[in-house]
Amino acid sequence: MSAIAAIPPKSYEVKPKLDESGTPIGELLEISMGPHHPSTHGVFRMDVVLDGETVVKLKPVFGYLHRNHEKIGENISYLASMPYTDRLDYFCSMTNNWAYALTVEKLAGLAVPERAEYIRVIMAELTRLQNHTCLIGFFVQDMGALGTPMMYAFREREKILDLFESVSGARMMCNYMRFGGVRVDVNDEWIAQTKTVVSNYSKFLDEFGTFLTENEIVLARSQFVGVLPKELAINASITGPMLRAAGVNYDLRKVDKYGIYSRFNFQVPVGEHGDIYDRYMVRVLEMRESIKILEQALRDIPAGPVMDPKSKLRGFRPKPGEVYGRVEGPKGELGFYLISDGSPNPYRYRVRPPSFVNLTILEDMCLGHRISDAVVILGSVDIVLGEVDR
Amino acid sequence: MLGEQIIKGMAVTARNFFGSYVSKERLTTVQYPEEHLAQKENTRQFPFLVYDGDDWEKGLRCVACQICEKECPPKCIYIVKSKDKKPDYKGQPQIYPLTFDIDISVCMSCQICVEVCPFESIKMDTKFELSTDDRFGGLLLTKDKLAKSNTYYQKMHPQDAAESDAVIAGEKAKAEAKAKAAAEAKLKADAEAKAKAAAAAATVPIAAPAPTPPPPPAK
Repeated sequence: MSAIAAIPPKSYEVKPKLDESGTPIGELLEISMGPHHPSTHGVFRMDVVLDGETVVKLKPVFGYLHRNHEKIGENISYLASMPYTDRLDYFCSMTNNWAYALTVEKLAGLAVPERAEYIRVIMAELTRLQNHTCLIGFFVQDMGALGTPMMYAFREREKILDLFESVSGARMMCNYMRFGGVRVDVNDEWIAQTKTVVSNYSKFLDEFGTFLTENEIVLARSQFVGVLPKELAINASITGPMLRAAGVNYDLRKVDKYGIYSRFNFQVPVGEHGDIYDRYMVRVLEMRESIKILEQALRDIPAGPVMDPKSKLRGFRPKPGEVYGRVEGPKGELGFYLISDGSPNPYRYRVRPPSFVNLTILEDMCLGHRISDAVVILGSVDIVLGEVDR
Repeated sequence: MLGEQIIKGMAVTARNFFGSYVSKERLTTVQYPEEHLAQKENTRQFPFLVYDGDDWEKGLRCVACQICEKECPPKCIYIVKSKDKKPDYKGQPQIYPLTFDIDISVCMSCQICVEVCPFESIKMDTKFELSTDDRFGGLLLTKDKLAKSNTYYQKMHPQDAAESDAVIAGEKAKAEAKAKAAAEAKLKADAEAKAKAAAAAATVPIAAPAPTPPPPPAK
């Protein structure tokens, strides 16, 4: 006799809607949005039950892009996992690299040289700029503004990707950071180019602001839609701009002060209502703060080596132990959990992806709204399916 | 006024639209197959094997140590070691790869193989228009397709190639110095042996010394 109880068969029956006296007045409609729906930002499926146009039930279904990231990480060396972290959240490969490098450095006790710390901050903040710019483009597109805002966003993103390419060799899959530093040093020409891009960026943000921030359609579609209450956000361990839009002042750059973030003067924007518009505004203000950090970092960057001389590429075996390292990625807290048993491969390799945790709350935000709003709410969560499914 | 901000937004669109005719800032599109952007210095696409001199089979730097095969994250490198040895650039007998295949349909251009290679023998290429209608054979690069000369690499990445050449030259100089020292030592040893032999022949052999008496047993 098996101890495992049989799984009850899933009920696909759509029950008719009843009025007060119990007579049916119409039917609920269950539809499956995705996995190839263009609004789901990848291969993601929402099982939605609709009453007319109103969402009464929503079930996020994912796993279509599962590619065994964590198990692969246990079978290859520590260094070989680094290019795979690029593919988690393919918009923010630099912060993914940093989170993984930070964790392994904690495990192996490596120190990062000063210049490398500055380069890491510059790369992470550039990543934050391009991620938020793209996200705003995407989510305005979800509202129906086909093309135009997104093209402006991608035009600006391309400038940052050019910077990434000229230093790391690849636009998106940078594979740039190493345990104990960064792979190649940046030159003065690159820093000058970055300064130009950063100083022009606030001009672009002004233009984007006039374009969108007070646009009546954006206001009508986003204010008081998809409200995430503060308590629910904390209970569901939401992180990143979603949590700050709900009114919680929690930013790992301020809480953990990892790297050298304690040296920079910047503020953490916090929302008030927790609706889509607050999430939009928090991201816009975060970009402004990122520009501030970038200006300070580009001004103060010292000369020196970019690699810890103790770190080695071949035959890297950290001592046994377990460690959790986290950074504030553009989408939220990105953490890596590693257990080492002294061999060249990690014994356990676990990723805490921000997109996946932020997505669990989708149903609570969508209930009672119309199906067209559900699309915008999903857009404002900022997911990348490479990270959700791993 | 309702709609005021929409009109402002349209003004932004119009500025971008008409601006695209006059300003390069606003029109960044490149008509790709006809136009190409200049590639960046650090651009990487797929790995290739470096050889010195004119003959790729002779000058291949790879010594089939299989570190890249082991470290490659998607395991796209396949190496078979040779049984015999042939001289490398230092003149020392070395193993060479009988087979060296890279399946670039699997390769993810991460550059780990380049970083872990201790012999400066695998580097990243910048060629990217590699599409083929042969799905399996066309993307499986064998040793002869992978081998590219050092001059090609110097042309492509002058700065990195200079660094790698310096490393190679240093190794070579070290090996030569070592060989020279070894040869000198051998010469010296030979001379000494000769002198000793001559001396031994000249003098009468001394009788073997009498065995020492065993020490008294401890009490």
